[in-house]
Amino acid sequence: MTAVTDMTSAPSAPAIRKTPKATFDFVFRNASFLAALLVLVLLAGIMVSMVIGGWPAFREFGFGFITSSVWDTQNEQYGAWPAIVGTLATAMIALVIGVPLSLGIAIYLTQLAPPWFKGPVSTAIELLAAVPSIIYGMWGLFVFVPLFAQYVQVPLSNIVEGMPLIGTVLYARSPSGLGIFTAGMILAFMIIPFIASITRDMLEQIPSVLRESAYGIGATTWEVVRHVLVPQAGVAIIGAIMLGLGRALGETMAVTFVVGNANRLSASILDPGSTIASRIANEFNEAMGLQLNALIALGCILFFVTFIVLVIARLLVSRVKRY
Amino acid sequence: MTMTSQTPRELPHAEWGRVRQSRRTADRAMKIITTGFTFIAIFVLFWILGMLVVKGIGGLSAATFTAVTPGPGSEGGGLANAIVGSFVLTFLGIAIATPIGVLAGTWLAEYGRGKQLANLIRFINDILLSAPSILIGLFVYVILVEPFRGYSGWAGGVALGIIAIPVIVRTTEDMLNLVPAPLREAGAALGAPPSVVTTAVTWRAAKAGMVTGILLALARIAGETAPLLFTALNNNFWFSPTLVGGVSNLPVTIYQFASAPYENWQQLAWAGSLIITMSILLLSVAARRIVRGSK
Repeated sequence: MTAVTDMTSAPSAPAIRKTPKATFDFVFRNASFLAALLVLVLLAGIMVSMVIGGWPAFREFGFGFITSSVWDTQNEQYGAWPAIVGTLATAMIALVIGVPLSLGIAIYLTQLAPPWFKGPVSTAIELLAAVPSIIYGMWGLFVFVPLFAQYVQVPLSNIVEGMPLIGTVLYARSPSGLGIFTAGMILAFMIIPFIASITRDMLEQIPSVLRESAYGIGATTWEVVRHVLVPQAGVAIIGAIMLGLGRALGETMAVTFVVGNANRLSASILDPGSTIASRIANEFNEAMGLQLNALIALGCILFFVTFIVLVIARLLVSRVKRY
Repeated sequence: MTMTSQTPRELPHAEWGRVRQSRRTADRAMKIITTGFTFIAIFVLFWILGMLVVKGIGGLSAATFTAVTPGPGSEGGGLANAIVGSFVLTFLGIAIATPIGVLAGTWLAEYGRGKQLANLIRFINDILLSAPSILIGLFVYVILVEPFRGYSGWAGGVALGIIAIPVIVRTTEDMLNLVPAPLREAGAALGAPPSVVTTAVTWRAAKAGMVTGILLALARIAGETAPLLFTALNNNFWFSPTLVGGVSNLPVTIYQFASAPYENWQQLAWAGSLIITMSILLLSVAARRIVRGSK
């Protein structure tokens, strides 16, 4: 490279072509390096700002911040337990409903769909991911919630009332349609595109020799899926599910619309509750002093939970890609 | 001999041969269930879009695009300030994210190959890609809103930019990795330093894919609501050109208007939802087209 620069800068050579400047090379290289480092700085910054912002609340309440169920703005007593339980419960319901649907869609797309139909269906599933979360919230609140209250909650509450256990878990004290289950249901549709598209990609990567040899010994389509494809893609599918879980844990707007935003803890999944994200979205703009710190501390808990889930998810997905 | 050759033909489903009934049922059930699941998902998509069209189209008029958002209890009104505000915030976010995202993606693809640090950055970027957007809103609140004692469009733009960066980093790196190595080698053989090879050869070859990444990032941040709640907030009048103070924007307007007791507010929330969803869906479809065209 020095030889080239020497030649062009020699006085005898006519300066027709532009001489590449070493400074531009230096600046470009370092600018792109700094931009890449910024990605690390951003994640570290989010972590540090959550810990520092939430510190007063952690210091005030100690470990009790996580286990206490009191959220009293008058007396400045804050506990995260109902929000943590709500977050986990909505995410679990989302997985229970969303995972079978996503796997079914991925299997349909890779094994059953006629070729001309595959493209449009894939696009439709991907567009489900492009719909903004606030639109899911409006669909949930104005379309799904009234139908759910009238045709599911009221009849179901009448049936299960007084039954042991089922009567507690499935009885709605106020059948408004809002609640933990509704939020989980909406979340299920929001995570479907993520789980389905990763699973589809994984199933497509499996060498077709494996499939063909299974068909060759007389296996049915179901047996090929169950005994050949799923075991092959297994770890990656779990990774995809964890990615969906990461989404479901932190989803805010859709949940805020339909979860009911109740501060108390209820044993019934049909009762209103709240999640960490919905609590922050609801109260943040009116919060002052310790309440603000408590809300950022909630964010801190959410950060570490989703961080761990996403790290596991990425490790599982990338482990399979290698072969 | 005659017995064995005739048995399969007497079975009701000749194409199945001698397959046990239970295996046949399981296979049939799986096909029906997976097809059904797929149609449930498609049905929900069209249900949501249909709801937006039915409820939103009535609220669309010339006033929607010219009048400002109405105050509590006042008649009529439109979404002009919210639409313009959303444009400003979204493009501010993209303007911040594009140079950073493209450069970072370039470093990962061109300079960072095989480096341990590059693997770490790639991994962290993937995590940022799916990090909850509300946390990014909180982060920007802590670093930009609290110290300056006020909400601003700048904070909103930065929050959207942080959400867009990982999307652009990822697509840029993927697209640059698709560029064949001989192109780079040819550039280097002509005496061009790495920076010139990258900007004049590799970027040019990967342009369509990189633009797609930026469009996808645009689609991703255009509908984001949660991070704007604590940064740009919202208001019912034209925001100041310096972007200091609340900047009105569509997502937060929809959030505030949707469950408000005023009928014109609700009507505007539906109209806004229709506008924002259709723009985002068009943007994502267009981005996908570009990718398919370039391949």
